[in-house]
Amino acid sequence: MENNSAKPKKEKIPRHAMPEQEPQLRIRNFDEVPLGYTEKLAIAEAQRCIQCKKPSCVAGCPVDVDIPGFVKLIAEGRFIEAALKLKETNALPAVCGRVCPQEDQCEKVCILAKKGEAVAIGRLERFAADFERNLGDVAVPARAKPNGKRVAVVGAGPSGLTIARDLVGYGYDVTIFEALHKPGGVLVYGIPEFRLPKAIVDAEVDYLRKLGVKIETNVVVGRMKTVDELFAEGYNAVYIAVGAGAPVFMDIPGENLSGIYSANEYLTRSNLMKAYRFPEYDTPIVRGRQVVVIGGGNVAMDSVRTALRLGAEAATIIYRRSEAEMPARAEEVHHAKEEGVKFQLLTNPVEYIGNEQGWVTGVRCQRMELGEPDASGRRRPVAVAGSEFVIPADTVVVAVGTMANPIVPATTPGLDTNPRGYILTKDDSGKTSREGVYAGGDIVTGSATVILAMGAGRQAARAIHEYLSRGEV
Amino acid sequence: MNRIVERQDLSENVVRMVLEAPEIARKRRAGQFIILKIDEKGERIPLTIVDSDAREGTITIIFQVVGKTTAVLARMNAGESLSDVQGPLGNPTEIENFGRVVCIGGGVGVGVVYPLAAALKKAGNHVTSIIGARCKSLLILEQEMKQVSDRLIVATDDGSYGFHGFVSAVLQNMIDAGEKIDRVYAIGPVPMMRVLANLTRPYGIKTIVSLNPIMVDATGMCGACRVSVGGKTKFTCVDGPEFDGHEVDFNLLSNRLRMYSEQEKQTMEAHRCECHGK
Ligand SMILES: Cc1cc2nc3c(=O)[nH]c(=O)nc-3n(C[C@H](O)[C@H](O)[C@H](O)COP(=O)(O)OP(=O)(O)OC[C@H]3O[C@@H](n4cnc5c(N)ncnc54)[C@H](O)[C@@H]3O)c2cc1C
Ligand code: SF4
Ligand code: FES
Repeated sequence: MENNSAKPKKEKIPRHAMPEQEPQLRIRNFDEVPLGYTEKLAIAEAQRCIQCKKPSCVAGCPVDVDIPGFVKLIAEGRFIEAALKLKETNALPAVCGRVCPQEDQCEKVCILAKKGEAVAIGRLERFAADFERNLGDVAVPARAKPNGKRVAVVGAGPSGLTIARDLVGYGYDVTIFEALHKPGGVLVYGIPEFRLPKAIVDAEVDYLRKLGVKIETNVVVGRMKTVDELFAEGYNAVYIAVGAGAPVFMDIPGENLSGIYSANEYLTRSNLMKAYRFPEYDTPIVRGRQVVVIGGGNVAMDSVRTALRLGAEAATIIYRRSEAEMPARAEEVHHAKEEGVKFQLLTNPVEYIGNEQGWVTGVRCQRMELGEPDASGRRRPVAVAGSEFVIPADTVVVAVGTMANPIVPATTPGLDTNPRGYILTKDDSGKTSREGVYAGGDIVTGSATVILAMGAGRQAARAIHEYLSRGEV
Repeated sequence: MNRIVERQDLSENVVRMVLEAPEIARKRRAGQFIILKIDEKGERIPLTIVDSDAREGTITIIFQVVGKTTAVLARMNAGESLSDVQGPLGNPTEIENFGRVVCIGGGVGVGVVYPLAAALKKAGNHVTSIIGARCKSLLILEQEMKQVSDRLIVATDDGSYGFHGFVSAVLQNMIDAGEKIDRVYAIGPVPMMRVLANLTRPYGIKTIVSLNPIMVDATGMCGACRVSVGGKTKFTCVDGPEFDGHEVDFNLLSNRLRMYSEQEKQTMEAHRCECHGK
């Protein structure tokens, strides 16, 4: 090309930042923080991709998205085709583009990351999916010919939604049974509006319905009907994707004082029930002035940033290790810092203090230091003797993890779980100890990521299809 | 969507409703509850399933107007629909022939104790029921309770009907008279359950209470409903709602029930204004 001299060399173009709401503005609203690429920015960023012959990014993606393929289409301004390319392998690109930890996946292994900055794959994915959705009229593929077999999916989180989409594609009659009044799982009850607008999840769910997926809400499997009863009703296979929804508390004195929430409750009130719009919506939430959040993961970051938006004067993270060990995405920690969250690191709560009304007034903490690495390879925090001090708090959110909810395993005889209650699967296919019963997502892996839960749904869809195609069932 | 089939005022601020919910009607057992949500913007509130009719595909609920949600619900009529009804939730009551049982209900708690008394009677127990209210006009389900009890004693705080005094005094009289009591079921306001549990403890009479903490999901996902039983944290929605009354920390329960009293006042006032506007 002749115009080479006018154009800087490809690898020298820096990664394009995505416009964001200013911190001082955004902590007063629940609107999304990143604003997304413009068409121009998207094309410019997509042009940074050098279209590797053997793209390492694809290997970094749990669902094998054709990354160079969709990026090229964006570079050429063929945005709709880019979205369709994404949807070939990823049922929820608008969601993944926002919540995938790309820095640990596709972008981590992008060839450009070796010498500089990776192609902003996540931002491009988000752009293409948003472009298509914003046009309104999302194309719905023709329905596959019904094959006369029925599959029940338990739980409408990302894993359940993904398998449902794949199975209707094969021609199955698929019904998802969801315990809550709204499908989406963690996408609707956990991840806040400012990171993942609920309208996006709603649009994805609507799309699934158009594809022919049936969704029955308010059905707690194990209570309203058991897995065995689903088979009795005529389902040929069952996929269990109930997540790892039960909150973990630390079992320290004072943990049941008023004003102390599990992150699940705090986020569910705010996100699913829209308590941040109380009293327009009926569900209340405590708008604490001094909010302390225990934990260093994404859930803790979501909680503390929610607290700020609910009007907290001080919002503090208490985490027992140092920043290097924090499991939260770097981007989320960065956002939290920009918004004024305080980080009280190498600190562990030992007791909650309350007043006569039983309301929390403070967190008694202990300083920690890092000792020898533990089984996870991270250095084990050890308490510093005589280091106790109190952090004042009128609201506390405990975000130290979740565990398996026992309702489904406990009511499904013959379904093997590990000692922690997670369902055991034979291999990647999600096959369990019960014939015709498959499982995937957080209920198998423990709490992980949206994309891994989706990947599990995808693989189980293939396995169920193979199982039901054998003709014995 | 669940249609309201019937609506009836039981007293000044207690309403009985029959809802269309065929699958729940078929599945529910005594002691279980539902979560309902009136509309898109509504909150999720738990209510005991008082009765059900599997053939008609309906369930019965009884509620007292205490906050905005119950106030709005009370003004709804047969033919209207609720956006969401989820259930049956919670563990069913453990029903056996225990011998001589006493079922005690206070206020709207009579609605909760009614299905228990009915199931216990059916299982062969000798059922004495004690139901109470502040005054005669607030008493509910007297006829229904009579039908499922071998003996029914009514108590009113002001003496306007039946025994003049608290239900606990009636129970104390029975114990003092040397009656054999194998089990007590005590369901009503927290102070009443606390008094009854304290009363039976020295006599070693097993006393089951049904707790009513604030709930959100009612599937064990949030922990809003946590209570302390025997020094251990329990989630009422999945571990309960019934617990051994001698082990329950009632102070904690009443504190946690007050967590949103500020906000409740706010919505009730706003709701009243709206009603006046109409
Ligand atoms: C606050 C928060 C933030 C997160 N942020 C991120 C992020 O940024 N990026 C990322 O990749 N991951 C994130 N995660 C993790 C991610 O959300 C989960 O790994 C993922 O949602 C798991 O999907 P799943 O389908 O297995 O389960 P879930 O999303 O948990 O869905 C399970 C569904 O099953 C339903 N259910 C449960 N029991 C029953 C029953 N008995 N009957 C019927 N239905 C039932 C539940 O109501 C729920 O809807 C976050 C998690 C949380 C809590
Ligand atoms: S799905 Fe996630 S890992 Fe795969 S390309 Fe998209 S952002 Fe990267
Ligand atoms: S109401 Fe959420 S765990 Fe019981």
